[in-house]
Amino acid sequence: MRFITRLFLAATLCLGSLISASAAESARAIIVSAILSKNEPQKIELIDSLIGSTDDAIKPLLTAWKQDSLFLYQPSEDAAPVPVLLTGDQDDNGAQKAFRVSDGEPVTDAAGKPLRLVGGDLTAVEHDATLRHAMSSVIELLNLYIVDPVKRIQAIQSIGYGQDPEKIPALEKRLEIETNGNARRALQEAIAVTKLKDPSDKVRLEALKELTELHSLFSYDLIRTAMREAATDKKADIVAAAANALKAIDTHKSLINFYGTLFRGLSNGSILLIVAIGLAITFGLMGVINMAHGEMIAVGAYTTYLVENIFGSGIVIPFFGFSLSIPGIHATGWFYQSYFLFALPLSFLTAAAVGIGLERSIIRFLYRRPLESLLATWGVSLLLQQALKLMFGSNNVQVNSPAYLSGNWTINDITFGWNRIFVIGFAVLIVFGTWMILTKTPLGLLIRSVMQNRNMASCMGVRTERVNMLTFGLGSGLAGLAGAFISQIGNVGPTLGQNYIVDCFMTVVVGGVGNLAGTVYSALGIGFVDQSLQQILLNPVLGKILVLVAIILFLQWRPSGLFVTRSRNLDD
Amino acid sequence: MSFLTTRQKIELIAVGLIALFFIVIFPLLNAHGMVSDFTINLWGKYLCYAILAISVDLLWGYTGLLSLGQALFFSLGGYMMGMYLMRMIGDLGQYHKPIPDFLVFLGWTDLPKFWEPFSSFPFAFAMILLLPGLLALVFGFLAFRSRIKGVYFSILTQALTYGASLMFFRNDMLMGGNNGFTDFKFILGHDVREAATQRGLFIFTAVVLLAVYVGLRLLSHTKFGLVQRAIRDGENRVLFSGYATAHFKLFIFVLAGLIASIGGALYVPQVGIINPSEMTPDKSLEAVVWCAVGGRGTLVGPIIGAIGVNSLKSWASRAAPDYWLIILGGLFVVVVLLLPGGIVSIPARIKELVHRFRRPPPDPTPRAPSASAAPTATETTPH
Repeated sequence: MRFITRLFLAATLCLGSLISASAAESARAIIVSAILSKNEPQKIELIDSLIGSTDDAIKPLLTAWKQDSLFLYQPSEDAAPVPVLLTGDQDDNGAQKAFRVSDGEPVTDAAGKPLRLVGGDLTAVEHDATLRHAMSSVIELLNLYIVDPVKRIQAIQSIGYGQDPEKIPALEKRLEIETNGNARRALQEAIAVTKLKDPSDKVRLEALKELTELHSLFSYDLIRTAMREAATDKKADIVAAAANALKAIDTHKSLINFYGTLFRGLSNGSILLIVAIGLAITFGLMGVINMAHGEMIAVGAYTTYLVENIFGSGIVIPFFGFSLSIPGIHATGWFYQSYFLFALPLSFLTAAAVGIGLERSIIRFLYRRPLESLLATWGVSLLLQQALKLMFGSNNVQVNSPAYLSGNWTINDITFGWNRIFVIGFAVLIVFGTWMILTKTPLGLLIRSVMQNRNMASCMGVRTERVNMLTFGLGSGLAGLAGAFISQIGNVGPTLGQNYIVDCFMTVVVGGVGNLAGTVYSALGIGFVDQSLQQILLNPVLGKILVLVAIILFLQWRPSGLFVTRSRNLDD
Repeated sequence: MSFLTTRQKIELIAVGLIALFFIVIFPLLNAHGMVSDFTINLWGKYLCYAILAISVDLLWGYTGLLSLGQALFFSLGGYMMGMYLMRMIGDLGQYHKPIPDFLVFLGWTDLPKFWEPFSSFPFAFAMILLLPGLLALVFGFLAFRSRIKGVYFSILTQALTYGASLMFFRNDMLMGGNNGFTDFKFILGHDVREAATQRGLFIFTAVVLLAVYVGLRLLSHTKFGLVQRAIRDGENRVLFSGYATAHFKLFIFVLAGLIASIGGALYVPQVGIINPSEMTPDKSLEAVVWCAVGGRGTLVGPIIGAIGVNSLKSWASRAAPDYWLIILGGLFVVVVLLLPGGIVSIPARIKELVHRFRRPPPDPTPRAPSASAAPTATETTPH
């Protein structure tokens, strides 16, 4: 039964927008009769009856009334006065455009031409303090009917903060038809918090009990005030109840912090995983110390930036004296929003192409000299950094996130950013994909065979050169994908990669070189530890330093990382 | 001196002449106005970098440990010297307070406890040796005990440097934060900004560089030096021969840390500033570039590399500031790929080329064996 009622209410709300024309007339009619009424209590009653109406006309009309912009206009000597609204710029005579309050249409003369009226010639609609107060609360309570739930909740909370007992009926009325769970809770909190001002001890006690159950965060200070007042009045039971409520809120707060930290740790770990998984392949499997890995990430991020601009208004890239102008396609709406889906494969391909170029030109000569591959790739990283700087400028650029990545969910006062959730999901997808490639495809088989024993694989007819190239391309491409994601989380700059390179290497080393599972565990572990330390120490830099120290100490305990790849080779 | 080979005699004479030039003639020319104060200051900086490059080479070229933490020791030495220099400013700072300006700016009225002893030069000097030495000892002990080597050692030292730079960037470290230390006034009672003081510092730097060079040259001829290079070429074999390689490596790591620290301590009064950007892993890598460009595994190489690359940098940052990083990066790639021995190996290479060019073409019959010998030769080239 209740379900049906709710359904009905929801349907009414939906219909509300369709039948707004008739609703508008009634709200306007009420205002007109309030204006024309000579009876003060009746005026207030009429205005109060507007509470709960969703009409858009109420707010501007009441505001105009308060600001002396409503007037009574008499078309002829013995005609009934018509309430009109004067707005717009005054001309030389001080005349303004006039609209009828009853229907919002311009006032016309006999010939049907719009009239301009001078305010000074007309009788202003009067108002006194009581009336103004009533109108203010109507306007405030109108906010309860804002369609956007986030703004509605803000409005509810600000009403609650005012603790005005007169608003309780309106709040309760709204609560009856409210369907959004968070807004319902906010309404309950607002009602309870307002009841703290109630003279009756019993009501206050009940309100405190309800706030304890709701562990409402925003009423913390108000409960404290109520507790202090009760203490001066020597009301022990209320003080105790208030203390109880505060304790419940505190517990709730630490729970939120705990789960928030867990979530942030998970998402941070996922970011770390996404940026490090490419390195786990190039460094872990191939043994190449690719210091340019960070720049591969930057290449991916800039590709996303480029794609976004191509979908938007185009971009001009100066390149060693030449200037390359790329026209934009001026996409809008969901098509523009979908640029990110195009950017993902493009980032992968661009970074993979750069990686393959790097492998062919430099790294293939250095497979036997790991330390020197470190130095040469560092040289490449400087080259790439400067090239990016010359092409895109040394300042950070802003990549606009698509709408489906920039909102957030609030569940039980814990905020979950959509981009963070997306990153977690994406990390799972990437790890799964990489695992599939390495274990279930012919290419993966070749990659594993070459990494295990290059000479033997070569003897069996594997074209190791080609496999090396593709493996390095895969690792770099994954770094490019990571860049596409980083661009959604922070700013993109030419030195973007430098922020991640140390973390990436740490993650792979801690996980154990040559082991993807190790990288997954270590990325999540480092992410959690980092976030928890930040939460405990309230200092991100100190937390980071401690993580580095912890990693150095961890490697004392397990010098080859979490997962050891066993080998009979003496120098492995 | 009869036990010296001709080559060593030539080296001795060359080093003597160059040292004489830098220690006596160059400063004399400066005193008579034939070399500008700017030049002598610039070369003083280069010589400090040369000391840093030698410390990198001692680890990398001689022991096979590529440390990316030498910039940390260099700037730690610099910071210790900087603290002494900051105390010497006295109340001549912007705020005319008896404590360093940045502390006044942070709201301090009294000197923090750990700053106090730095008013004495002997204490500061002791700390220049002690602090980096202790850090190297602890880190080296932990790293070598668990047999972290090769690229893992590089990555860990990089992380150490990164962590330290993050720490020094913080204001509540009370070490000047972002801006570090600057505006020095006096060193040992002399005005640092005066030409004579700078000249003295230059001479002293040159003497220290000479001492480091001679000391390491002698060390490399002892049995210790042999073990050191044996560790580079095959650590496990040395270990199985009964040498505690970890102890050797620890000693060398601490020694290299001390050399770098002294270099840094001399660098700060000549350059007039020290801040955490000197401490980043990038700076360590830059020092490795000098070493690689000059020629690692030799003692002259890093000196040539440090002076050469930095002269190039001074020129490039004036002539083409946008392209300096591209030049540096390209230089690095070229050296690693085409000239692994660095600049010092160029004469030998030319000699080899000339030799090959002059040799008559081999007989057609033994061509097959020589062709099969070629890949073996490339495989055994030391890396």
